[in-house]
Amino acid sequence: MPPAISVTDLSKTYASGFQALSGVNLEVQAGEIFALLGPNGAGKTTLISVICGLVNPSSGQVLVDGHDNIRDYRAARARIGLVPQELTNEAFETVWNSVSFSRGLFGKAADPDHIERVLRSLALWEKRNNRLITLSGGMKRRVLIAKALSHEPTILFLDEPTAGVDVELRREMWEVVRGLRENGVTIILTTHYIEEAEEMADRIGVIQRGEIILVEDKRTLMQSLGRKQLTLELLDPLVALPNALADYPLTLSEDGRQLTYRYDTRQEHTGIAGMLEELRKAGIHFQDLHTEQSSLEDIFVSLVRENP
Amino acid sequence: MNLRGMMAIYRSEMARTRRTLLQSIVSPVLSTSLYFVVFGSAIGSRITEVGGISYGAFIVPGLIMLMLLTQSVSNASFGIFFPRFSGSIYELLSAPVSYMEIVMGYVGAAASKSIVLGLIILATAGLFVPLEIAHPFWMLFFLVLTAFTFSLLGFIIGIWAEGFDRLQLVPLLVITPLTFLGGTFYSIDMLPPFWQGVTLFNPVVYLVSGFRWSFYGVGDVSLEASLAMVMAFLVVSLAVVSWIFRSGYRLKP
Repeated sequence: MPPAISVTDLSKTYASGFQALSGVNLEVQAGEIFALLGPNGAGKTTLISVICGLVNPSSGQVLVDGHDNIRDYRAARARIGLVPQELTNEAFETVWNSVSFSRGLFGKAADPDHIERVLRSLALWEKRNNRLITLSGGMKRRVLIAKALSHEPTILFLDEPTAGVDVELRREMWEVVRGLRENGVTIILTTHYIEEAEEMADRIGVIQRGEIILVEDKRTLMQSLGRKQLTLELLDPLVALPNALADYPLTLSEDGRQLTYRYDTRQEHTGIAGMLEELRKAGIHFQDLHTEQSSLEDIFVSLVRENP
Repeated sequence: MNLRGMMAIYRSEMARTRRTLLQSIVSPVLSTSLYFVVFGSAIGSRITEVGGISYGAFIVPGLIMLMLLTQSVSNASFGIFFPRFSGSIYELLSAPVSYMEIVMGYVGAAASKSIVLGLIILATAGLFVPLEIAHPFWMLFFLVLTAFTFSLLGFIIGIWAEGFDRLQLVPLLVITPLTFLGGTFYSIDMLPPFWQGVTLFNPVVYLVSGFRWSFYGVGDVSLEASLAMVMAFLVVSLAVVSWIFRSGYRLKP
């Protein structure tokens, strides 16, 4: 089975001379949720636009389910649903007509049952006869998703799907996206909400200045790059660290009741066992402990800093 | 061939026409009726005949052409300009439709609307003056071909225009003057010889003349010249449209 999306040596230089993509290689497997992370202007939208046929590439190749997206554009595009970043639609159309139009445009026979299912799953059914211009921003966003799903795509692109969407609706959308994945739809989303990638993605790609600087399984990424910290709640407050523990990266809180130990999960020996042994020898007892893993956001920020 | 996609575009454009029925149908019919009252009745009563045809009847083909050209251009240009303006064109460009299917959808809808409009105006004219159509087949042929060709021109303008002002510019500065100077209200042999020569460079003269010939069997230029002109215009428009899609001009960066 070919990858859902296969991008080879893709470059794009706009007429203005701005190079938005340089030599991008990327494979997205069928059935996964892939999150493309990157700061503003990194090339996320350009990459999606080239794959979906909105922007002509300067060089390179895109295969969608094994179909070249230029030579065999009908087969390639029929598989793709695109939810753009901007809230754009025909202001005076009704929700129902707009979504049905999308299905027809993609060459599918009318299927009111399918349209109804899509509208219901996005909580748009009650609004089906409303004109788009009367809808709130969140609902317009959902209409765009409904349009993209109207023709039963196997690959769904979501460009900043939850930008400007309130927290509750964001959670609802995540549910919808998870439901789609369970039905076998491949999902590629761009976001700059790290939380979103962390919550949703199976794999994460980081794009910076038109280059993919990292593609990694989310868990591996968080493990391999993740820093953890262990916090010990001490039974008795401590005035200073004993000398025997001076070599460990330990910090004592001001009230002397918390010891924090920072370590890197990439290291073979985290030193936790030795540190705890020293604590016992020094007669320091603790009543509780917990660990925290650094968030994807920390990882992302440090990655982008390392690759200026 | 994505026939469904093409029909989806066509139907959605026709639905837009129905939503804006007042300005789409009523206003052109009203303004044409006014032309009949002013030119046909008021002024026409002072002009006896042009080439053996009563003045009121003489201006009918010209008036239909005037409406056909302006409406085709403005409809088709707005039809493709609005999705560009609102950004919803992303869907068109990402759909499995060929550029020919997109053009057929938009231009077909704009031309259909103009043709219906032309026939309505023809019927309206029948209320004011006695009509005779010598060559009904040729009349329909010119009607359809002109509507289609100028809808293509409108489509090109809709892609070229970067704002609403430019959208109005070509119809206002080019189409309307060419039509008024194209023998809508007069026969060109009523002009001084110098201006007769100049008008031969006006493509609209050939359209109006051919169309008038289909009604009354007389025209300012020969039928062959009229046909050649319409065809030439069609070919040029098609060539420009195909260049637009191949180069991605104003559509795909």
